[in-house]
Amino acid sequence: MQINAAQDVSMSKNLIEVRNLVKHFEVSSSFLSSKKNIVRAVDGISFNIKPGESLGLVGQSGCGKTTTARSLCLLDPKTSGNVNFFNPEKQTMESIDSIDDDSLKVFRRNIQMIFQDPYESLNPRWTIKDIIKEPLDIHNIGNLAEREDTIVEILKTVGLTPPENYLARYPHEISGGQRQRVSIARTLVMKPKFVICDEPTSMLDVSIRISIMDLMLNLAKELDVSYLYITHDLAVARYMCDRIAVMFNGKIVEIAETEELLENPIHPYTKRLISSIPIPDPFNIREKYTVNFEEIDDIISKNPSEKMVDMGKGHFVATHDTKDFLFDT
Amino acid sequence: MGIVLDVKNLSMHYETLAGNVSAVKDVSFSINSGESFGLVGESGCGKTSVAMTLLQLQPENSVITEGSIKLEGKELVGLSEYELRKVRWDSISIVFQGAMNAWNPVIKIGEQIREALREHYPDNSKQTNVQKIHELFKMVGLDESVANRYPHELSGGMKQRAVIALALSCDPKIIIADEPTTALDVVIQDQILNEIKKVQELLGLSLIYISHDIAVIAEMTDMIAVMYAGSIVEMGPTKEVFKSPKHSYTKALLDSTPSIRGEKKKLKSLDGEPPSLINKIDGCSFSPRCPSPTNACKNKEIEMKLVRVGEQHYADQCCSGCVNE
Repeated sequence: MQINAAQDVSMSKNLIEVRNLVKHFEVSSSFLSSKKNIVRAVDGISFNIKPGESLGLVGQSGCGKTTTARSLCLLDPKTSGNVNFFNPEKQTMESIDSIDDDSLKVFRRNIQMIFQDPYESLNPRWTIKDIIKEPLDIHNIGNLAEREDTIVEILKTVGLTPPENYLARYPHEISGGQRQRVSIARTLVMKPKFVICDEPTSMLDVSIRISIMDLMLNLAKELDVSYLYITHDLAVARYMCDRIAVMFNGKIVEIAETEELLENPIHPYTKRLISSIPIPDPFNIREKYTVNFEEIDDIISKNPSEKMVDMGKGHFVATHDTKDFLFDT
Repeated sequence: MGIVLDVKNLSMHYETLAGNVSAVKDVSFSINSGESFGLVGESGCGKTSVAMTLLQLQPENSVITEGSIKLEGKELVGLSEYELRKVRWDSISIVFQGAMNAWNPVIKIGEQIREALREHYPDNSKQTNVQKIHELFKMVGLDESVANRYPHELSGGMKQRAVIALALSCDPKIIIADEPTTALDVVIQDQILNEIKKVQELLGLSLIYISHDIAVIAEMTDMIAVMYAGSIVEMGPTKEVFKSPKHSYTKALLDSTPSIRGEKKKLKSLDGEPPSLINKIDGCSFSPRCPSPTNACKNKEIEMKLVRVGEQHYADQCCSGCVNE
C-alpha cells in the first residue's frame, strides 16, 4: 500500500506536524555573476511528533538537519510547506504562517532550542543568573523575587547544586558540561513543550556526555517535553530517541521506531549509515555495506517523488518509485 | 616482530604562571612493529602531550623531567634539533588532530608534501618527488589532481586523506594518529579509518592511535592504554581490556559508551571532573570519582603503580584488587 507520509500512523494528537517543508537558499554562482544557483537544503520533508516523544534526525553533515531545525523555530523563514503546532492555550493546531508579532512570543515560549556549542551559545559577559533570567524578563514572567526563585529551582533541576555557587559566576568559570547544563536550564525555564536539540553533546567528553543525556531524558519525562534531537551519531540517537528519521540531501529517506530502524534498515543510505558506526566491542566484526552516494543521489533526482511506503509498525521508506533499488543492493 | 618504540618512565610538565602542570606522569609502554596501540582517555588526560613528546614537538614551556624514548634503539630525549629533524618523518610521523588546520592555506597541497620530501631526500629530482606524491595519493584514495589544489578546495575528508599521505611521505616506521577523525562525520570517519587500516597493513607500519572514542579504539587497535590525569591506569591487549577491565576508570569509560548493537542498556555516567594537574596528587588520582573506593583509596594510602593482572595486561594497583567483585 502506498500512502503519503503525511498520513502518519497514529490517530492521537500531534504536537507538531510538518508537511513538505522546503527551504532553498539562493547563492551567487560566482563573485561577479548575477546568476543565482539554488541550494535545496531542505527539499520537502514531512513528519509528526507527539507530546512527550523524541524524534531523532540523523544524517551526514550538510544534509539539512540544522536548516530544518532553524526553519521550525522561525529563525530562518521556510520557502514553502506547512508546519502546524499545537497551541496549548487555544487547544488547537495552528500553522506557523499565522504567527504575527504578538503570537510569536507565545510561540517562542513553547518552542526552544539547545545549541551545539556551549562555549559559543552563552554570553561570556553575563553571569549565569543573567543568562537564565533573560527569557523570564523578556516574557515578563513573575515579579523579581519570583524570578529569583525560579532560577534557583531550575539550577537545582539541572543538577547545578548548590545554586548559590553558580548564580554569580561567568561562563568561563565553569566546565563544558556545566555550561551545557546552563543552556538546558535557560531553555527549560520557559517550560517549553518542544525543544530542538542540535547536537547538544557532541562537544562534550564521553564521561560527561551521558550525564547530560540522562538529564535530558529525565526532564523530558518530568516536564513532558518533546525533543527533535539532531545528531550524526546513531548510537546517541538510539539512547535518546523513540523514533529516528534519516535525512539525505535534504530529504527524509526513512523513518521508523529506533530499534526497528537499526534492526531492519531498508533504504540503502540508512544501511550505509548504520554500517559506518564503529561498535565499542573488539570482538565484533562490523558488516561492511558499500554503496555509492552518487548512485543514490542519481536515482533520487530522477524520481523526486515524496511518496513513502508503509512497511508496517510505523516504518516508512522513500522508494523513489524504483523497486529493485530498494530490495537489492 | 620486534620492539620499535620503547617509552620508559616518561614524565613531562608544562611550566605556567600558576605552577607546573604535570601532563605526563611516569608513562611506560612499548610498541612492536606492525602493531596498533591505542591511547584513550578524556580531554586533558595527557594523550596529545604524550604524542607531542614522542616527536619532541612539545611547546617551549614543557620540560621532560624523567624517562627515555627509544625509537629503534635510538634515544630521542636530549637529541639536538638538527638530529631530531632527521628522525621526524623518516622514522616517526604524525597525523594531526583537525586536518582543517594542518595545512598552510596559501600553498598547494602537493608543494607542501614536496617540502617534506625535499628536506629528507635532497638528492631526489622533482620528477621523482611528484611521482612519489602520486603514489601516496593513490594509496589513500585521492586523485592525482589534488596535488595542484589549495587546501580550501578540498573537503574535510579529502584534507584528512592528504594529511595521511603527508605522514606517509618519508616511509616512517611509526605513525601517530591524534584524533584523526574527530572533526569528520561518521561516514567519512569510516572511510578514513579503513584507509588507515589498509595502509598500515600494506606497509607494515606501527600505529599509535589516540582517541577519546572507545568504539573507534575498539576497532582500530591491538593494544590499548587508558590514561587518566597524566598516568596510564590500565594497559593490555584491547580484547582482554574490553572483556575484563580491571581499573574502575576503564569500567566507567566502557559503561558510558552508547552502541547501536546489542541490548539497549542503561549507560552510567561518571560524576565529578578530572583533578587539576597543578597540585601533586597523593595516592590514586581517580579515587575522588571512583564509584567503589575502599578505605585505603580514600585515605590515599596506595601509590599509583601499574601491576601485572594478566599476560601483558597491567592495571593500577589501587584498583587491580577490588573492581571485579
